[in-house]
Amino acid sequence: MLAKRVVVFVLLALLVLGVSAQDGQTVKIYTSWPLTGGTQAIGQSMLNAVNLALEHYLADNEGMGPAGLTVQVVPLDDASPTSGAWDGQIEAENAQRCVNDPECLVYMGTYNSGAAAVSMPITNAAGVVQVSPANSYAGLTRSCPTCAEDEPGIYRPSGEVNYFRVAATDDVQGPAAASWAVCLGFENVYVLDDTQAYGAGIANEFVNHAEEIGLNVVGRSSLETADSDPRSALTAALRDGADLIYGGFVLDSGGPRVVQAMYDEGLFDEGIKFMGPDGILSAALIEQVGGAEILANNTYFTFPGLLPSLLSNEQGVRFYTDYVEQFGEEPDPYSVYAYASMQVVLNALGSASETGTVDRASVLEAVRSTADFEGIIGTFGFDENGDNTAAAFYGYDFESDNFSNPTAITPTMHETCE
Amino acid sequence: MDPQLEAFLRQVLVGLSIGCYLALIALGYTMVYGIIELINFAHGDLFTFGFFISLTIWGLFDVPMPLQGAWILALPLIAVVVVVLTGGLNVVIERVAYRPLRGSSKLAPLITAVGVSFMLEAIYAYIWGANQINYPRFIPTTNFLSDFSRIIRFTPRDLLLFGVTIPLMIGLTLFIDRTRLGKAMRAAAQDREAAAMMGINVNRIIAITFFIGGGLAGIAGMVYGLYTGSGRFIMGFEFGLFAFTAAVLGGIGNIRGAVLGAFIIGMVQAMSDLYIGGEWSRVIIFSLLILMLVFRPSGILGSTQSVEKV
Repeated sequence: MLAKRVVVFVLLALLVLGVSAQDGQTVKIYTSWPLTGGTQAIGQSMLNAVNLALEHYLADNEGMGPAGLTVQVVPLDDASPTSGAWDGQIEAENAQRCVNDPECLVYMGTYNSGAAAVSMPITNAAGVVQVSPANSYAGLTRSCPTCAEDEPGIYRPSGEVNYFRVAATDDVQGPAAASWAVCLGFENVYVLDDTQAYGAGIANEFVNHAEEIGLNVVGRSSLETADSDPRSALTAALRDGADLIYGGFVLDSGGPRVVQAMYDEGLFDEGIKFMGPDGILSAALIEQVGGAEILANNTYFTFPGLLPSLLSNEQGVRFYTDYVEQFGEEPDPYSVYAYASMQVVLNALGSASETGTVDRASVLEAVRSTADFEGIIGTFGFDENGDNTAAAFYGYDFESDNFSNPTAITPTMHETCE
Repeated sequence: MDPQLEAFLRQVLVGLSIGCYLALIALGYTMVYGIIELINFAHGDLFTFGFFISLTIWGLFDVPMPLQGAWILALPLIAVVVVVLTGGLNVVIERVAYRPLRGSSKLAPLITAVGVSFMLEAIYAYIWGANQINYPRFIPTTNFLSDFSRIIRFTPRDLLLFGVTIPLMIGLTLFIDRTRLGKAMRAAAQDREAAAMMGINVNRIIAITFFIGGGLAGIAGMVYGLYTGSGRFIMGFEFGLFAFTAAVLGGIGNIRGAVLGAFIIGMVQAMSDLYIGGEWSRVIIFSLLILMLVFRPSGILGSTQSVEKV
């Protein structure tokens, strides 16, 4: 019991005094996202990307970490082995482990927005900077019409902003898709969704914005389950003269079936197209609809950023080729953001050392003041809420065998693309 | 032609097609209930089994898409194999899970059936994966009516669906009405003990009933795959629920009632999807069921026994 108290006292003393830096000091970066369960493939790809970013940094700096620091990545898993999905209890423990480790200066995570809502107050109270590669729920960083009233304040008990994210938010994606549809020349949209929070939510955002900008929504309905028959909705779309069907779906909520039915029921032959959000943009979609020829020239997709294989800048090409060579598979779209997050963190460690001490406060300050940083996803910084200043959505079509032709899309693009 | 009318006629066809595969599943429900008064909740999962096992059999060969020449003959051959395998599976389930419980309370086999359903679904997910699975496009989707309308469709797939399911329904009805075995099944359904005294091997009759019911569900799963091109491990739950509703609507235990109920549900679903919205279809279908049970518990065509026993 006494020993425990001594440990706690020492830890508190360290926290109060700030862990000060010396040359050759070890700095730990804890990462937390699912490494088991349903999203294991995505999580593993993100972790691979973080390690690759560190490797590249060391290779470019003669094997030296930022300012001579030794950087160590500590990968944690926030998925529960029983449910196979992220678990709030485990996420809280992970955040606590970082807070309790005086060498942990950066907490990187999470993948799921719900998990971030658990860890953010913990890292915030301890003054540890948190950087997320993937969270897209708007309320984590700012208030929005569809958010809870006390967001984002509940995530910031200290009143300070300590959480920064690299990916763009959902409340932009739906509207940007609607504006893009106008630019592509569509006039009458039929909107379908899966009645779930993400799918119906993004469909709502699409419809609200469509009405504002004069894109005609001819009809709307939902599929209750992935086993529901989508043909009736297609009948309605044909009857009402739709030229586009927008589907708010994820992979396992019926999206692939809608695309399949559009092909089989002759809607694609009629020139009617399909557009969907990032929830169904995945290599698995190609397999589930029965081949690339079903999607080719018939479908459009939106995604918060560039797909790894399409990165054209020098850093992106290097990431993609090295990743494929080292791991023998395609990187997941979100791994690009994990790589970018690590770049930002390493850059901030370098800036922090210029202040004389590398501790939690100086690293947090360095991340906060990130501006005009040239990384794998282009030049960006963080605004006062912690959001990416250059967060961008891209629209993709499907040319022959893959998602292709990225176009930057915004909720205002319909004004200038005519 | 007016697009409103075209859409309505299109939905009539959609409703009939949903009714076709629901009817095949509902027949198995109603036959089994008629004989041993068990609602076999695992029955919908046999439909899924038919889908997956036929997919696996197709995968053994290098089949052209769409089917051509001699490969068209593969359809009935594979269908026979699927019927035997699915029917066999149902017989095994009856032998292992239901027969030992035949003397116990009504609830024991009911709960067991739910358990069997969960087991089957977990096994499918393990073997074939938990994703939406694509069923290759063996049957083309060219529209015979394309000169006539852009909304109404009748394709080779519809031809296959109606051409397989409707003869099966008629054949089963004739089989039960006209053959010795059919007579034995009806006798066992009416009074098991008396039938046994008359020298009918009741256990064998029950096994045959499970075999036929399972086979029909299996063939429905295969046709469904060819028809829609997609399925997943858990879909039997949804279709089983609708088929069971169809059986109750028509009168549980009543063969013609199951078919009628399935077509009513298919039609209600298609029309409510178009005119009210897909998110309301289930509400409407199950409201129908509740009204039916309140005002006419024995179903439209009358149950072979009163439903109060359930």
